[in-house]
Amino acid sequence: MLLKRIKKGRFILLSLFVAVALALTGCSGKTAQTNTGEKTIKIGFMGPLTGDAKTFGESTRNAFLLALEQAGMKAGEYKIEHVITDDRNDATEAVNVVDKLISQDKVQAIVGSVTSRTTIAVSEIANSKKVVLISPTATAEKVTVDNNQRKEFVFRACFLDPFQGEIAARFARENLNAQTAAILYDQGNDYSKGLAEAFRKSFEALGGQIVASEAYSKDDQDFSAVLTNIAQKNPDILYLPDYYGKVSLIGKQARNKGIKAVFLGGDGWDSPELDFAAMEGGYFTNHYSPDDPRSEVQKWIQDYKSKYGAVPDAFATLAYDATNLLLNAIKTANSNDPVKIKEALQATRDFPGVTGKITFNANGDPVKPAHIIQIKGGKQVYVTTINP
Amino acid sequence: MERLLEQIINGLQLGFVYALIALGYTMVYGIIKLINFAHGDVFMIGAFIGYFAYTFWGFSLWGAVLIAMILCAVLGVLIERIAYRPLRYAPRIAALISALGVSLFLEYFCSLKFVFGPNFRVVQPPVKQIHWNLGGIPITNIQIIIVAVVILLLLVLQYLVYRTKIGTAMRAVSFDHDAARLMGINVDFIIAFTFALGSALAAAGGVLYTLAYPQIHPFMGIMPGLKAFTAAVLGGIGIIPGAVLGSLIMGQVETLTAAYLTSQMRDAIAFLILIIVLLVRPSGILGRGGPEKV
Repeated sequence: MLLKRIKKGRFILLSLFVAVALALTGCSGKTAQTNTGEKTIKIGFMGPLTGDAKTFGESTRNAFLLALEQAGMKAGEYKIEHVITDDRNDATEAVNVVDKLISQDKVQAIVGSVTSRTTIAVSEIANSKKVVLISPTATAEKVTVDNNQRKEFVFRACFLDPFQGEIAARFARENLNAQTAAILYDQGNDYSKGLAEAFRKSFEALGGQIVASEAYSKDDQDFSAVLTNIAQKNPDILYLPDYYGKVSLIGKQARNKGIKAVFLGGDGWDSPELDFAAMEGGYFTNHYSPDDPRSEVQKWIQDYKSKYGAVPDAFATLAYDATNLLLNAIKTANSNDPVKIKEALQATRDFPGVTGKITFNANGDPVKPAHIIQIKGGKQVYVTTINP
Repeated sequence: MERLLEQIINGLQLGFVYALIALGYTMVYGIIKLINFAHGDVFMIGAFIGYFAYTFWGFSLWGAVLIAMILCAVLGVLIERIAYRPLRYAPRIAALISALGVSLFLEYFCSLKFVFGPNFRVVQPPVKQIHWNLGGIPITNIQIIIVAVVILLLLVLQYLVYRTKIGTAMRAVSFDHDAARLMGINVDFIIAFTFALGSALAAAGGVLYTLAYPQIHPFMGIMPGLKAFTAAVLGGIGIIPGAVLGSLIMGQVETLTAAYLTSQMRDAIAFLILIIVLLVRPSGILGRGGPEKV
């Protein structure tokens, strides 16, 4: 009886699924129609529009659409058609989505995905099917290069994890004149480890001294033991490359242990939920700052605000740059052939993006400046821009 | 030398925080021989209720502790009624799995947007931290509050279980359900009472925890719950002073490992000690020797 009921339930579920799938393909069939005679290029967008990274996906999609709209849905002589897809920040789903975009919708280029987890999975496929893929925000090294093999069709608009550590070290040495630094990082998190390692190397190479390098694990809440040791060494800088939640806890306990060091961190701090009181006076490296006085930045903020009613975050900004980089390459190549677009993208020099002047290196990673932001008076305040 | 003393005090704070959770864990196990995996999650809910009480509802710290204890006691009774009582005479593994289910349910239900939401919240505790310096060793008022509450709870529990009528009934139920029922003890009531008490303890622990570590989220109960469970086993599960002793040892081992050996190995060494103690004394440090009654 029970088995029967389960079977019946499954059948209903299955038929529902089939119906939804049919409806969906019906939809995309419609958007796939093109007016013959006109030159068109089709661009796919993928990002997590639902699931645990939903706000990241929404920001990037908003910026993608705004960039297309501002270009008048045209790149050079080519009319732009677009397809928006949702990968739910799930690597398996992302692979399905990219397969559909390439084989069914027949896109020539893709903007996406947002996190490294999904982007690493789809970059292989896009590369082997010869479709240009530019990720706005995936920071892991493996996105564009695997086993020393460059994925020729894959690019990104954000800088990599190690670069942030290097910039932080330079800022500490050159701008803050720091002699000594301590590092506290999450040993189970590649992001945190990558930043910590890069910071250590650069800080020492620039003549600074690392007096302590301590690790913790994801679930730790009590850092008193290592902080007591660090307080003893009295460093000028305490480097905390982790996300806002953990950093807030550490910052508070560090001050309680009498540590007077200046806190320094990475883009993981960029959240309204950071404990601003605990992190007062600290600096972090970021992709962009809304307080940056450059005209590109202020115009972008105005445009985004008038369309979506909010100040764009770093995700939106990087997606805007990624989309514009792609459109610019299509225009320069004046072609909808992915091979030509790829070559034009690779040849990009000093593109005036919102996040800074962008040039691609041999790996398809951008060479561009990072911005330093300070936590001051309970707010984020733009400090300076450091060129690579 | 001063630094060693400071590290020992760091370890004491951590140990007493574990003890806040371990007390409830071990008491519930002692009475009904059920490892209540949801204990860490009741602790989390207690922390959230406390946070709401002193941040939005205008209660003082102790008012918040009281509210959290009452609401979590009700929650504990509900959990027992829904998830454990129907399984009372099922194999013990069934109740254990049900406990795991309750634990996951509470974590993910609380992560829903309309409940607590999945995000971290930074807590502004109602008690300002005050630092004292006793001969170069920093001590805070929060450490003193936590130590005082643990000692108070320990004494109250010992009194309740060994000196009162209901405590006698609890021990009788622990010894033999059926015989206790024949003696006219309302077994269902006693077990529900045990859960209410255990959950209230977890709630008090949760609120005080936010004083020391001012950040809450729906998964905050997992690791402290696991560590407290380990501490309870180390001290001898089911034995109330054992929970405090085990917690203090865990706190010291973790802190001293991180301070003097390597911060990367603190959990590994803490659990290694547990394994060694259990190999030598399977029933824990304060556990009674001899095989368990079947």
